[in-house]
Amino acid sequence: MSTTDLGMPGLPPPGRPEFPPFPEAAHDAVRDERLRGNLRHATHTIRAKRARAVAEVSDWAELREAGRRIKDHALRHLDRYLVRVEEAVTAAGGTVHWAADAEEANRIVAGLVKATGEREVVKVKSMATQEIGLNEALEAEGIRAYETDLAELIVQLGKDRPSHILVPAIHRNRGEIRDIFRSEMSEWGRPAPADLTDTPAELAEAARLHLREKFLRAKVGISGANFVVAETGTLVVVESEGNGRMCLTLPETLISVVGIEKIVPTWRDLEVFLQTLPRSSTAERMNPYTSMWTGTTDGDGPRVFHLVLLDNGRTDTLADEVGRQALRCIRCSACLNVCPVYERAGGHAYGSVYPGPIGAILSPQLRGTRSAIDASLPYASSLCGACYEVCPVAIDIPEVLVHLRERVAQGGEVTRGGNRVVLRPARGHGAERVAMRAARWAFGHPGALRGGQRLAARVRRFRPRTLPGPGRAWTGTRDLPALPAEPFRDWWQRTHGGEEEEK
Amino acid sequence: MSSRDRILGRVRRALAGVPRDDTPYEQAVPRDYQRRHGERSAAETVDLLAENLVDYRAVVHRCDAAGLPALIAHLLGERDSTGVLVPPGLDEAWLSATAVQQVADRADATPGELDRVDSVVTGCAVAIAETGTIVLDGSPDQGRRRVTLVPDHHICVVRVPEQVVSSVPEALERLTPAHPLTWISGPSATSDIELDRVEGVHGPRCLEVVLVSGARPARLA
Repeated sequence: MSTTDLGMPGLPPPGRPEFPPFPEAAHDAVRDERLRGNLRHATHTIRAKRARAVAEVSDWAELREAGRRIKDHALRHLDRYLVRVEEAVTAAGGTVHWAADAEEANRIVAGLVKATGEREVVKVKSMATQEIGLNEALEAEGIRAYETDLAELIVQLGKDRPSHILVPAIHRNRGEIRDIFRSEMSEWGRPAPADLTDTPAELAEAARLHLREKFLRAKVGISGANFVVAETGTLVVVESEGNGRMCLTLPETLISVVGIEKIVPTWRDLEVFLQTLPRSSTAERMNPYTSMWTGTTDGDGPRVFHLVLLDNGRTDTLADEVGRQALRCIRCSACLNVCPVYERAGGHAYGSVYPGPIGAILSPQLRGTRSAIDASLPYASSLCGACYEVCPVAIDIPEVLVHLRERVAQGGEVTRGGNRVVLRPARGHGAERVAMRAARWAFGHPGALRGGQRLAARVRRFRPRTLPGPGRAWTGTRDLPALPAEPFRDWWQRTHGGEEEEK
Repeated sequence: MSSRDRILGRVRRALAGVPRDDTPYEQAVPRDYQRRHGERSAAETVDLLAENLVDYRAVVHRCDAAGLPALIAHLLGERDSTGVLVPPGLDEAWLSATAVQQVADRADATPGELDRVDSVVTGCAVAIAETGTIVLDGSPDQGRRRVTLVPDHHICVVRVPEQVVSSVPEALERLTPAHPLTWISGPSATSDIELDRVEGVHGPRCLEVVLVSGARPARLA
């Protein structure tokens, strides 16, 4: 990994300090042995299980292809399907709001909560609300948001940041979780039992008791959604613990914040994703609970339902021919679990609620590549391709990474906030551009290339271990390749390989 | 300009370069995957359901219609339940053998009141063998969603073989999207501690599924 300084002004996400570039952030993480141990244990456990769960279905490749096509189709006709969602949800008794960015979404949600007269809400784990910093925005309006997913609770109590899409507290082991519960739960409500041990069952029981009183008194619930069915206006939330069911069922008012890329055209489309998502995320045939609701139902569940459709950079991503495939993502996190870089660096180094390979292509597209962290994310990969292999909607993450690297290094036209803008090449990639230009010239001049190769072969004993000047950053983390005694083209000539070929 | 118009405008501009494609949706997506995995007799499908339910820590019982009341009475007794929630359209015969206090679900019952009831007995809309899933759709024999959520002990009766399908695609065909649906695969669980599965968080920690043969269909509302 090069530690090239991109020298771009940082644009920190709302309400957060500026994140350092990936190599700098990862530098500390890879030296944290406990973190490495926690991550290795968790990712290796789930990897093997996922492989078994996927092997159980003989038509995985066909399901994956159908999932890819369904999402692509929805994205290619997104305007039509958005309008259809609005019609269907409204007809079923819901109210639809549109939010162009995080600030607008937060304003809408805060306004809706205030209108109920309530000052606290219970939340189902949701990437979209993490992305827009909803909890912080509500806090600023005097509204307390309680996270109810176990891992989100661990993160919230520990005043920590999430480090995994599915299991935001994956960087914590059971002992750390026990310590957080013991010291922090009393601040937020029912304290942890004094004799709490670190067995997972006891920790889960402590969370159950702590959150129960909050569920039972909650008047407002906030969720995201895994899928929105355009044809019927149905929202789907896939979960394990039952905290989702609590938040979606017990409150009087439900507010769901959903990215516009979550739409699938028809009811039948769920038959694909309800087979691929659980196996890819928790490696289960089926997750314990899936809730589906369409607007409001008399006498069952919330009487008031609001759907907030969120853009926040998604339409900009849609405008990029190569990068738009990132919008197919169903947030399963299989790509994180197989990624050698994620396993070693952990989720925090990615400086975003979307870590791992998908985060490395999603964050720089949703937020743009102007900040140091976002410009460095496309480089946070060895391009090994394991992420593409496991992706249940076949997002070619390495392809998008290379595409985004090109954009960072060379600049070019992109869409930001709905407008076409031309990015200038990032500073710090000057040496790379010079080297590439030189290579292009040499490959176009065979005589010069041959001469250069022979010269290099002859003086190969003097090959330096590191490059001087701007090349130093490159060799700081890499070995220079060894030079052969004889260039390949000379060997080819000498062994008559060329003549045989011509016959 | 409203945000609605702004977002729709952005989407249209983003897609301006995409060639128009008016292929009907039914043809645009190849569905080469299987409707179900493998061919099984009705009895084998029920066996697979039982196997997969057990794999995810649900407790499975089998009986015929005549034996159902006694079995339910036994299960409630085993848990020392003091009260059982009863959805409005549950077959009265099912609870005819138990002395445990029956609590009707009132429209104005608070979550706190439901929390003081130990058990709940319901029917279901459909069960999926391949995944070990039961689906509730809020019909009168299942009640509203909260009655199967707050009590810690859920006894769910599945009429076999007629309510059992093989696969997820077959289940979706049978369900009505407009109904509030809850898909349940085993008791509440979490993988949040070291990505290892632990049973028992917020939903019912004990799920008992009774596969009953020869039962008459549920009463309509």
